Amino acid sequence: MDLSLFICGAAGEGVQTIGDVLAHAFLAHGYAVFLTSEFESRIRGGNSSTRLRVAETPTNAPRPDADFLLALNPTALDWYLPTLRDDGMALSPAEDARASHHLALPFTEVARKHAGSERFANAVAAGALSAAVGLPCPQLEETLSATFVSRGQEVVDANTAAARIGYKLALERLGDQLPTMLPPRSDSHVFASAHDVIPLAAAASDCRFISAYPMSPSTGIITAFSRHADLGVFVEQAEDEIAAINMAIGASAAGARAMTATSGGGFALMNEALSLTGMIEIPIVIVIAQRPGPATGLPTRTAQEDLLFAIRAGHGEFPRLVLAPSDPQDAAMKTIRAFDLADRFQIPVILLTDQYLADSFFSLPKLEIPSPVTRSYLADPDQITEYARYALTSDGISPRLALGQSEHLVCLDSDEHTELGHITEDLSVIRPAMVAKRLEKARRLRATIEAPARSNLEDAELILVGWGSTKGAIGEAASHLRKNGHAIGTIHFTEVWPLPEIALPQGPEIFVIEGNATGQFAGLLEQSTATTIAGRIGRSDGTPIDAAFILEALS
Amino acid sequence: MTPNDVYQNTVENQWCPGCPNYGILTALKRALASLDLAPHDVCLVSGIGQAAKLPHYLNAHVFNGLHGRSIPAAVGIHVANPQLVTIVASGDGCLFGEGGNHFLHTLRRNPDLTVLAHDNQIYALTKGQGSPTTRRGTKTRLQFGGVEVDPSQMLATAIVHGCTFVARGFAGDPDGLSTLIARAVAHRGLSILDILQPCITWGTHSVEWYRERVAPVPADHEVQDRDRAIALALEAPDRFPVGVLYETPPRETFASSYRKRVGDSPLRQLPPIDRHVIDQHIEMMTIRPRRKEEQP
Repeated sequence: MDLSLFICGAAGEGVQTIGDVLAHAFLAHGYAVFLTSEFESRIRGGNSSTRLRVAETPTNAPRPDADFLLALNPTALDWYLPTLRDDGMALSPAEDARASHHLALPFTEVARKHAGSERFANAVAAGALSAAVGLPCPQLEETLSATFVSRGQEVVDANTAAARIGYKLALERLGDQLPTMLPPRSDSHVFASAHDVIPLAAAASDCRFISAYPMSPSTGIITAFSRHADLGVFVEQAEDEIAAINMAIGASAAGARAMTATSGGGFALMNEALSLTGMIEIPIVIVIAQRPGPATGLPTRTAQEDLLFAIRAGHGEFPRLVLAPSDPQDAAMKTIRAFDLADRFQIPVILLTDQYLADSFFSLPKLEIPSPVTRSYLADPDQITEYARYALTSDGISPRLALGQSEHLVCLDSDEHTELGHITEDLSVIRPAMVAKRLEKARRLRATIEAPARSNLEDAELILVGWGSTKGAIGEAASHLRKNGHAIGTIHFTEVWPLPEIALPQGPEIFVIEGNATGQFAGLLEQSTATTIAGRIGRSDGTPIDAAFILEALS
Repeated sequence: MTPNDVYQNTVENQWCPGCPNYGILTALKRALASLDLAPHDVCLVSGIGQAAKLPHYLNAHVFNGLHGRSIPAAVGIHVANPQLVTIVASGDGCLFGEGGNHFLHTLRRNPDLTVLAHDNQIYALTKGQGSPTTRRGTKTRLQFGGVEVDPSQMLATAIVHGCTFVARGFAGDPDGLSTLIARAVAHRGLSILDILQPCITWGTHSVEWYRERVAPVPADHEVQDRDRAIALALEAPDRFPVGVLYETPPRETFASSYRKRVGDSPLRQLPPIDRHVIDQHIEMMTIRPRRKEEQP
């Protein structure tokens, strides 16, 4: 079973609410749901959709086509009808001959007549869609009750009544197209987005400070810290991204694990401070939630366009780590790793996510957020007699004391500095030593990078390579091809800079799949591994890469 | 022990010989000594410019960051460790030009910081361009025909934004200045101290020119009199009332609601998060099946 449900309408019409309620109803029925949303950068109007992929086992990748299309208004039906499969069913308020299966139900009028107010039109629509799909009505009703319980019993009763009538009228109209009822299942799922998980993993890593400036699609991260005061993290909405990162750097210099979150445009403003962290060797974790550029671009859409930007940003030469998680579980692990390696190497670490990871909810059998092994790499002041913040060591890592940690004075300077941290223009000894120190950290950092995930490489004639959020889609495409007799392997990178020292198989053709037009990762891979890339499959239209897109590009 | 015994270090000073910045350095050391602060109790934060080198020239913790960004860095340091006495020292170009937005919004935040603005009305390290406080008509090494815009009025701006300690000092009077710095540091909440610091290399007027135009704030000025404080702040360009222009009882300081929850210790010393909290959040995201066998 692999059901694709699109709920579409104008912003403000309740598309997301219907999607959320249905997703939770399916989950409560024991099914795995993958939910992804796409919307325009506006608060009211336009076209937006929430898409549910329902399956017996987690199938966390987008599908571009709908088995069921619930359109809340005629414009939405026009806009999204091309996504409906030939054998799919459309549900909308008015009769329409274009879909071979069509269920017309005037949601608003039904709500007014049977539930007392147009406000419950969405519950009518949700009821109708549940009937068409075969989700038992009581599951929907209970989910509606749980959703609206905080607004009082009257609201609960009206919503459940509206859902019931929508369900009943839909069954009547379906007649001989009645679906088979989905049997209940017994699987539990964690239902979360990567951006839900990053704040939890950050708090588990002893992150105490976040300052950020709101920018789609990153805003959910600072919001989660603020909503969940029990995570104990200090939250500040800064006046701009420059203040955001400089505050976080200050907090980190005083010994608190600190982070910020933004998107490409905001990260552009942070570049000078990124370079500062390289110079003063202060750990910081930066989430860049990518969206299509250049400039304002497509604020609510997805892309993988900022890879090279993340890797090259900041003037001067200094080490940094760029991690690109593939899903919510991986986001947890990468967040913990980000705080650990930032602290251990005294470097900036970038978590490269995107709108797809921010706004897509995955079903996971379970979610693990391990506690960090080491809570702090700060030095013990009692073991130090004369302190030099930038003492030259064999591994390039100087014992780090925080500002105010002890009687040992700490001097941090954005100028090139002596071991004590004071300004220097000694070009013959100190400058070369400090350059070498920073680069030695880069060298050792590279040795800690984990190898990419590889599968079915043994007999592969073609290898699909991806990075970050495309893992689900590439995996689905590869698995489809293998079922059809093709020898396909995959390699997926989630630690993208520095690139690990790996050799790619020489025999099979290598295709790199990524969410940009120029093949940014493919280029990196070619440079770093001296491999010839046979094909570059890029998507830059703002929509997530899905298996169908990959299969079509390969054919 | 003299202030120099405690705070003097051996870092080579890069200021021009005779620069009034030395007067500020002397006054700062005296002020810290008068408050019985040890060097490790103090964190000096600066941006870039000649003034921003000050933290290197005395014993204290130092954060010498980016041009214009001293205040946000200081805010972060202060939130992470409120036990440190955190003092920003930077020039007018750094604080009011490159960092103007941060200055404005930090007035709203009211963190318990002291900001020392070395106000020399010129960009000195880049060799003599107009700064946000350069007076209209002043000829500079970039504005050859004279600066064509009016200077910013950051002290009046500070008062308007509810800053609870606003003062002006004069680098040519280290004694008076050290008293002002000590008051500013002791004041709870954000303290803004603009220090007239004539630039002897690029400036238009000498230290003596300023000395003739500097006068104590009138004895009958009530420091809580907001309107008169604003008027005094705006009296420049040709008269400079020196002293506390505006001081009111402290108002709520930045991060106080967070500190009420977690206490006053440095963030790095807070206990790790209780695992149960994380587990509860995972539980909230976990959806277990609800058996519903009934058919409609």
